[in-house]
Amino acid sequence: MTNGWIDIKNTDMMLIMGGNPAENHPCGFKWAVEAKLKRNAKMIVVDPRFTRTASQADQFLQIRAGADIAFLGGLINYAIENNRVAKEYLVNYTNAAFIIKEGFKLPEDGLFSGFDAATKSYNKSSWNYQEGGNETGKAVATPPMGVAGDIPGGAAPGSIGSVKQSQPQGSAPAGEHGSVTGHGAEGQGYQAQGPAGAKAMGGGPIPPPSLPPNIAYDLSLQHPRCVYQLLRQQYSRYTPEMVSRITGIPQDQLLKAYDLFTSVRINGDMKKVATIIYAVGWTQHSFGTQIIRTAAMVQLLMGNVGRAGGGVNALRGHSNIQGATDMAGIFDILPGYLKVPSPTDQDLKTYLDRITPTPAKPNEWQSFNYWSNTPKFMVSFLKAMYGNAATKDNDFAFNYLPKVDRNYSWVNIWNDMYEGTVKGFFAFGMNGVMIGPDSQKNIDALKKADFLVVCEIYPDETSAFWQAPGITPDDMKQINTTVYRLPGAGFAEKDGTFVNSARWLQWKHVALPPPGDCRLDQDILAQIFLKIRELYQKEGGKFPDPILKASWAYTLPEHPSLSEIAKEINGKALADISDEKSGVSLKAGQQLPGFAMLRDDGTTSSGNWLYCGSWTEAGAMMQRRGTEDPSGLGIYPNWGWSWPANRRVLYNRASCDLAGKPWDPTRSQVWWNETAQKWVGNDIPDFKPDSKPEEHMGPFIMNPEGVGRIFVPLGAMADGPFPEFYEPIESPIDNPLHPNQSSNPVVKKFKTAMDKYGTVKEGYNIICTTYRLTEHYHYWTKNNPMNVELVPEPFVEIPAELADQMGIRGGEKVKVTSARSDYIAKAMVTKRIKPMMVDGKKLYQIGMPIHWGFLGISESEGRTSKMPANRLTPTIIDPNAYTPEFKGFLVKLEKV
Amino acid sequence: MSDRGTLRIQQISAHPGPVAGEGTQRQDKVCKLIDTTTCIGCKACEVACVEWNDMPFQTTYFDNTYQTMPDTDWNYWNLIKFNEDQHDDGSFAWLMRKHQCMHCEDPGCLRACPADGAIVQYSNGIVDFQQENCIGCQFCVSGCPFNIPKFNPNTKKVYKCTLCSDRVGAGLEPACIKACPTGCLHFGTKEDMKFMAENRATQLREVSGFQNAGVYDPDTIGGTHVIYVLHDATKPERYGNLPAKPRIPLSFTVWKDIFKPIGLFGAMLGFVGVVMHYVFEGPRREQPTPPVVRIDPPPPPAGKEN
Repeated sequence: MTNGWIDIKNTDMMLIMGGNPAENHPCGFKWAVEAKLKRNAKMIVVDPRFTRTASQADQFLQIRAGADIAFLGGLINYAIENNRVAKEYLVNYTNAAFIIKEGFKLPEDGLFSGFDAATKSYNKSSWNYQEGGNETGKAVATPPMGVAGDIPGGAAPGSIGSVKQSQPQGSAPAGEHGSVTGHGAEGQGYQAQGPAGAKAMGGGPIPPPSLPPNIAYDLSLQHPRCVYQLLRQQYSRYTPEMVSRITGIPQDQLLKAYDLFTSVRINGDMKKVATIIYAVGWTQHSFGTQIIRTAAMVQLLMGNVGRAGGGVNALRGHSNIQGATDMAGIFDILPGYLKVPSPTDQDLKTYLDRITPTPAKPNEWQSFNYWSNTPKFMVSFLKAMYGNAATKDNDFAFNYLPKVDRNYSWVNIWNDMYEGTVKGFFAFGMNGVMIGPDSQKNIDALKKADFLVVCEIYPDETSAFWQAPGITPDDMKQINTTVYRLPGAGFAEKDGTFVNSARWLQWKHVALPPPGDCRLDQDILAQIFLKIRELYQKEGGKFPDPILKASWAYTLPEHPSLSEIAKEINGKALADISDEKSGVSLKAGQQLPGFAMLRDDGTTSSGNWLYCGSWTEAGAMMQRRGTEDPSGLGIYPNWGWSWPANRRVLYNRASCDLAGKPWDPTRSQVWWNETAQKWVGNDIPDFKPDSKPEEHMGPFIMNPEGVGRIFVPLGAMADGPFPEFYEPIESPIDNPLHPNQSSNPVVKKFKTAMDKYGTVKEGYNIICTTYRLTEHYHYWTKNNPMNVELVPEPFVEIPAELADQMGIRGGEKVKVTSARSDYIAKAMVTKRIKPMMVDGKKLYQIGMPIHWGFLGISESEGRTSKMPANRLTPTIIDPNAYTPEFKGFLVKLEKV
Repeated sequence: MSDRGTLRIQQISAHPGPVAGEGTQRQDKVCKLIDTTTCIGCKACEVACVEWNDMPFQTTYFDNTYQTMPDTDWNYWNLIKFNEDQHDDGSFAWLMRKHQCMHCEDPGCLRACPADGAIVQYSNGIVDFQQENCIGCQFCVSGCPFNIPKFNPNTKKVYKCTLCSDRVGAGLEPACIKACPTGCLHFGTKEDMKFMAENRATQLREVSGFQNAGVYDPDTIGGTHVIYVLHDATKPERYGNLPAKPRIPLSFTVWKDIFKPIGLFGAMLGFVGVVMHYVFEGPRREQPTPPVVRIDPPPPPAGKEN
């Protein structure tokens, strides 16, 4: 989330889409209710089904699964055409005024410039800004496509010399990317680019193109190749007629929703704020990252980012997914969203040069370019990893880090296991057979592995894959995988932090000890590590140093305490250091007060720069329980601790106008104090504290441009600098925008015998989607009698009209078949899903919750078909975040 | 205010004499407010109810709905009713209503109950079953306009929501209120809850476009100590058979208000008759003594001393 849970109460308008928070985040949803009760806020819910969230909406729209970019593109078009955009914000805080290089082409035919059909990838060199500084007023008279920009007078900027800055929001700043991808998702393209996209890293010998240092811009937004005009042109194709054709939403409903959402910006008035709230319903598509990009663009266009009650807000799917992402639970990032080294990074300098961005902006503007501190973050990280073994002479042991040579995302690992190249697997905190697409493929993959280690609190389907339905005792004899089950500890049996969707680190205490022989996860991992280290000590091995020299300075090496680890992650001074500017001095061994103290000379260590400040000399900030909220904005500055630097709303400089005054004084977050000559406020300013408004420094400090990226230059996105609507891989229609390029051109299908993709011609004519229920938590609670009492059995939700046609009554068993496999459960015949007209065809959508497998209370009572729902889903992933397409695939439906 | 004095008895079922402690202390009437317009049907209240009251789990069956079971049960006092509400004009709503004892001001169950002390109404308005006094006749079941009391065939007793009288007596809110994540449940004095409910209904009418929004607090039974805010108060039936005008069955009104006094009068007449009989006929005359048969007890078994 750019903002936070409690902050939702400050909003005037909610667009909830790609998520069902009333179902999956009922406690957080209270703040949406609060906004309705206390501010008369409006709620628009867009979903393939009428959900629990929809029951609270002022307007509900039933959308075809996967048509989200079309809906949002239409919203951009509507906002622009009806002058419901934030002009001053747009010109000064985003890259709307920047001019794009000649040679860049919009995807009227489905392809941006630079596509290479052979490799299914883009040469992105034309996706870049033009160099040249101020071009205001020099534009040719007629912009292409007849879309003359009519943004009045380029808004506020006045004289060029006093232009402002802006910064990227929501979209791709690496520091925030974790909150943008869903669970199970990967980070940005692993070989795409540096943290903030400053420099594309091709991986080849030719130096990749980089952003120009002095970007050309046109403050009047008239230049035909300025981002604003390109944006306008791009989404002028997303007319209400076209969007209705794609999404299945009737035009009148569509226009009503667009009008309602953009009503916060009537005539550009900046008082009101709208928020966009989403979850994995957006990430789990073969274009998921681009859906979120579109939302970020809407919010930039309307000036809603950085503001209380605004932002782009990802609701994470589990209690600590944010923490997992921050701490590199993904193959292509290190903790704190530092990029994983690639084989071309022969030494630390090469690596740092590649990933550290340099400012790229109009000369007249300022850019904080916070990722310029990357070397400090990285060296401190290496010191935390390798301690005294990391010295200046050995590049701080940079070469101990693994170099990632290809895609090791979740789906790829299982695919590799299926193909026999991955021989063993450790599954901690995840039920791999159940959570991945195409369960049968995952089961078959495990059959080929040599060993499998599962740490769980229940016997789960992964560790019992060899007992899956359909495997006979004779088959079992053919399975040679050795399975180790390790009894782990439940969440209430260990302490440590949860990092919530709002980036808040909150400490929890142990409620009760693990039962029986169960062990704490950290003990299990520590003991495995120490045993492996012992083997390396004894036997040597090819490259023992990274293991032998890893820092393991815990009081009890076999039982590292999580508070000790939390302190290590925060980091400490390794020598006496002082900071002239702030006047802070630290003695060697003292905990660091924040990431501003990090050094690139080896005198500081920090396991994750973003968490620096969470456990200081003043104590464990993450354990604080202060309930004061002086501003009434729900900031609660003394409760827990949120990254970065305990600020609760990211990019909050953008909550003020150019002069540094809040757009809405009743929701004052930060502001420029003329007397003190610094930024102050109720929240911690997310900005250079002494940068005067006249300097025009961009609020989006994590981008080298300093401004929010409506257009994403170079390699940050694999599939286009603007989002374009593509059909899901399994789609009932050809893409009405460009039938010859129906689906995402850079998405590659998997090639094993298991990977089949269905078409309407083969009879797969119903759109299917998957989801979770309030009553269950993934695949755990099927073991808990109370949850099973609430919802005892799996089901398939079927539109009443379709059920009537097929003669299906509620409670009867139905079989759902995809190109992969089939699934049997009882029918829930409901009026909450309606038939819809898509591209002139009447289509039906069905859906099913995912919570049942072949182990559990109802399963052992024989009340289910013992089939995981993910038997149906396709192995296909988003090219940016590598999240599987669990939403919107094709099936057949029949009575059993 | 952990003061057990908050629970004072106002009425007792089938109890002839005065109610102990009645009127000794002014009592606030308590009330639960359920804002159905902000209920998301998450069932946290259902779970809290089962767990606080330590109820045994039961097997449920899929029934083409998100609703946990068709109706409340002797071990399931709190049930959210899910209703798909399709209108002819194409508009659609998914209504969710937390269904439980309404704690009527004029409780039909209490009226119907013939067992002394089996049902009490505290002066704060909570209607509570005292199972140790329950005779299992199930008159309360038919006396209730909301179909709430449920019979347990094993114990032969009837059970229902207590409005967590144990928690309220200790100054706490009912368990369901505590568990509610969206704040659609509130607990306080009847006066305060009524005020909040009316305010919310006004907001719904004036801001959210629900012109028929209103508060459900039916006066046909003297009001209830559980009240609802409804999007459409003119048609409470839409919310899973919530009666627009709940009434205690006539038979029980007749029973309690007419036949019972008449019966009592009849019983008194009988007593008077007996007295008269004694006065006019004199005491019972001596009867012949029946013969007495003596049976000797068997000898104790050897070697057992206790």
